[in-house]
Amino acid sequence: MSPLLDVQGLTKRFGGLTANANIAFDVNEGEIVGIIGPNGAGKSTLFDLITGFQSPNAGRALLDGRDITGLRPDRIGRLGLARTFQKLKPFVDLTVTENVMVGALAHTPVLKTAREQALESLAFVDLLDKRNHFARELSTGQRKRLELARALAMSPRLILMDEVTGGVDQRSVAGLVALVRELKQRGVTIVMIEHNMQVIMRLADRILALHAGRRIAFGAPDEVRSDAAVVDAYLGTIDHAA
Amino acid sequence: MSRELILQAIISGLLMGLIYALVAVGLTLIFGLMEIVNFAHGEFLMLAMFMAFWFWALAGLDPLVSLPFVVVLLAVAGILAHFGIIRRLLKAPMLAQVCGTFGLGVALRAAAQFLWTPDFRTVTNPAIAGRVQIGSIFIGQPQLITGGVCLLSFAALWWFVTRTETGLGLQATAQDRQAAAVMGIPTERMFALGWAIGMGCVGIAGTMLSTFYYIFPDVGTNFALLAFVAVALGGFGSIAGSLLAGLLIGLVESLGGLLLDPSYKTLIVFALYLAVVIFRPQGLFGRF
Amino acid sequence: MLKSALAENLWPRPPLWVGAFGAAALALLLAYPFIFTTPFAHHLMILILLYALMAQSWNVVAGFSGQISLGQAIFFGIGAYSSTVLFAKYGITPWAGLMVGMLLSALAAVAIGVPTLRLRGHYFAIATLLIGSSVQIVFQRWDWVGAASGLYVPIERASPWFYLQFHTSKVPYYYLALGAVAAGYFAVWKLRRSRLGFRLQAMRDDPDAAASLGIAIARHKVLAFMISAAMMSVAGTFYAQYVLVLDPERLFSAEISIIVLLMTVLGGSGTLWGPALGAAILVPLSEYSRIWFGGTGRTIDLILYGILILLVCMWRPSGILSLLEERIRRRAEIP
Repeated sequence: MSPLLDVQGLTKRFGGLTANANIAFDVNEGEIVGIIGPNGAGKSTLFDLITGFQSPNAGRALLDGRDITGLRPDRIGRLGLARTFQKLKPFVDLTVTENVMVGALAHTPVLKTAREQALESLAFVDLLDKRNHFARELSTGQRKRLELARALAMSPRLILMDEVTGGVDQRSVAGLVALVRELKQRGVTIVMIEHNMQVIMRLADRILALHAGRRIAFGAPDEVRSDAAVVDAYLGTIDHAA
Repeated sequence: MSRELILQAIISGLLMGLIYALVAVGLTLIFGLMEIVNFAHGEFLMLAMFMAFWFWALAGLDPLVSLPFVVVLLAVAGILAHFGIIRRLLKAPMLAQVCGTFGLGVALRAAAQFLWTPDFRTVTNPAIAGRVQIGSIFIGQPQLITGGVCLLSFAALWWFVTRTETGLGLQATAQDRQAAAVMGIPTERMFALGWAIGMGCVGIAGTMLSTFYYIFPDVGTNFALLAFVAVALGGFGSIAGSLLAGLLIGLVESLGGLLLDPSYKTLIVFALYLAVVIFRPQGLFGRF
Repeated sequence: MLKSALAENLWPRPPLWVGAFGAAALALLLAYPFIFTTPFAHHLMILILLYALMAQSWNVVAGFSGQISLGQAIFFGIGAYSSTVLFAKYGITPWAGLMVGMLLSALAAVAIGVPTLRLRGHYFAIATLLIGSSVQIVFQRWDWVGAASGLYVPIERASPWFYLQFHTSKVPYYYLALGAVAAGYFAVWKLRRSRLGFRLQAMRDDPDAAASLGIAIARHKVLAFMISAAMMSVAGTFYAQYVLVLDPERLFSAEISIIVLLMTVLGGSGTLWGPALGAAILVPLSEYSRIWFGGTGRTIDLILYGILILLVCMWRPSGILSLLEERIRRRAEIP
C-alpha cells in the first residue's frame, strides 16, 4: 500500500544556510510518525515545505500519490492536510467556537453543521466550557488545545502537529498524549514534531531524526533511540526516556 | 531638449533627492528599531520648517543660525513623542499604530492651520541666496548648501551608527532587541534615541528647506509621501538605502517632470513605488 | 455538556435592553424629519447617514478583513463620476449610474487590489495612499470629465425620483440615505456571521492559520476590497446627486479616506455599529465646530478628530463599542 504522505528529497536553502537537505521519509495511513531533532535542526521548516508555506529548492512531497509540492497552503489544506503551529495562532477576536468553526467551514458551507462539528471537536479536546469566550482570553495550554481542535474540525486525513506539548505543564501533557492516542484510534494519521522524548517514544510508530538539516535516522523508536548518530546528536538525552 | 536642460534637471533632482533622503532616513531608523511607521512624519517636518520660520520672523535669526536650535527642539519633540505616545502604541495592534500616528498627523496639521493660517510663508532674505553658475548650469545657492548639509548629515549619521558604541547599540536593538537587551543595551533608551535622531534629521531638513521652499501647514504631506516611497524603495531600516532611494526619487521626479508633463511627476514616483514593492518587496537593501 | 451546548442558540441573544434601545432608535430614525424639521437638521442627519455608510465600507475591508486601506476616496469618486458622467453626457438615469458605479468601483478594486493586496500591512496602506493621490491627479487632468473644474449634474426639476434630484425638500434625500444605510448595514450584519464573514475575520486575525484552514487569502482580500469599494461607490453616487457638483479635489481627497477610518476606529473597528457610532460623534462635532468657530471651524474639528483618534488608539484601540460589549458580556456571565 502506498504511503499517505511521501516526502522525497526536500531541500531548502536560505542564502548560505541549508535548512533542509534532501529529507526523505514516508507516513503510512493510520500511523504516528514523530520528528525529533535539536533546535535548529530544520523541523518546522520541513513542515512549512510540506504545507506550502515555503517552497523547496528541490524535492517533492506527495499526499496520497498526488504531488503537492509548491501548492498554496489553502489548497493543501483543502486536500485534507491540516497543521498546527509551534507559535500558536488563534483567531483572537473570534470566540473559541467560531475559531473551530473556521476549521469546519473548510469542508462544509452550512453554518449549523460547522457549529455542530466545532462543538464536537471542542468536546474532544475538553474545551467546551470555554466555548463562548474569546480566543484571546485563553491560557497557553488552552490555546494549544484550541489549535488542535481547529485543525481537527477540518476532518483531515493527515495532521502535522508542531510541538503540541511545548510549554505545557506535566498534567496537561498526559492529557494531550491521551488525545493523540484517541486520534489515532479514530484513524487520523499524525506527524508530530516533539521535544519531549518520553512522549514521542511512547506514541510514535516510527521516528524521523533530524540534525543540522539532514535526516540521520528513520525507523522504529527502539532503532532510532539506539542509533549512533542520534545518540551523538543528543549526547545522551535519549537515555532519560525510559 | 538641450543637454543643458537635462543636466540642470539631473542636478536639481539630485539635490532635492538629498532632502528626500534625509527626511526618509528618520522614518527608516524608527521603523528599523521598532517596526512602527510614523504617519505623522511629514507634520514633524512641517513643524521644523515653521520653527525655522518663526526664529527668523520673530528673532531675526537666519535659518543657518537657528539650525542647531531647531534640531534640538525636534529631537526633544521626538523623545516626547516616544515616551508620551509611541510607547503606548507599540503595544497596540498594527491598525491602531497606523491610525494613531495618522491621527497625530491630522491634529498637528490642523493645529498649524489654526494657529498660523494656511498662508504660504517664506524666509525672504536668507543669508544664503542667489545662484551659482557652473558652466551653463544654474544652481540656487540655498539648494546647493542644503545638499551639502544633507550629505554631511548622512556622513555624520553613518559614522555614528557604525563607529560609536551607542550607534552600534542602535543597530543591535534594530536587529534583535531581546538579544541586545540581554547584553545590557537598554531598549527603551535606544528607542528614544532613535526618535531623537530621526527627528533631528527632520529638523535639519526642515530648516534647510525653509531657506528656499514655501512654508505652509500642508507642506509636509507630499514630502512624507515621497519619504515613504524612499523608505520602501531603499528598504525599511536601511540608512544607505534611504540615501540612494532618495536620490533616485529626486532624479526620477525631476527628469519625469522635464520629459513628461510636470503635473505627472508625482505619478511617476508612485509608479516607481509600486514597481519596487511588487517585484522586490524588501527594496534595495531591506532586510526581509 | 456537549448536548446542552449543541442545543444552545447559534448566536448569543443580546440583552433585552439592547432590543428596546434598537426599536426606539429605529422609530426615531424613521420619524426624524418630522420631529426635527429645519433644513439644517435634515442636512446633518443626511451627512451622518452618508458617513455611516462610508465608514462601514472601510470597516468591511479593514475592521473585518484586516486590510488597512487609506484610499477609499477612490471609489467614492468613481461612484460620483460614473453616475454623473452617464447622466450628464448620455441622459442615463442615476439609478442605472449607481449600478455602473458599483461595477466600475469593484473592477477598480480588483485592478488595484490584485497587485497591492499581497503587500504587508504598512506597504499596502502606503500604496493605497499613493494610488488615491494618483487617481486624484488623473481626474484633475482628464478633460472628458471636466478636469480640475469638475462636473455639474444637470438640473432637472421634473420627475425627481427618476432623476434622483429633489429641489423642494431634503426629506426624500434623508429617506434614500436611510435606505442605503439600512441595506448596507443589513448586508454587513449578514456577512459578519456567514461563512465568508468568518473566513475574512480569520484572515484578519491570522492569515497563516487561515490559509492552513483552507482559506485562499489573496482571493478573500480582493473580495473584501470589492465589497467595500461597491459600498463606497453607492455613497459617492448619492453624494453627487445630493450636492449636484463634482469637484475632484474634494471627491478624491485624502481627507475622506482618513475620516472614514477615524470614524470606524473611534466607534469600534470590526463591530457592526462602530462605524455608525463614529459617524454619529464626528459629523456633529465637525458641523458644530464650524458653526461655533466660524471659518476656522474646519480646522478645530480636525484637531479634535486627530487627538480623539490618537487617544482611542493609545488607550482603547478596539474602539468605544468594545467597552460596551465587555460590560454586556460581563453582566451576562458567559459560561
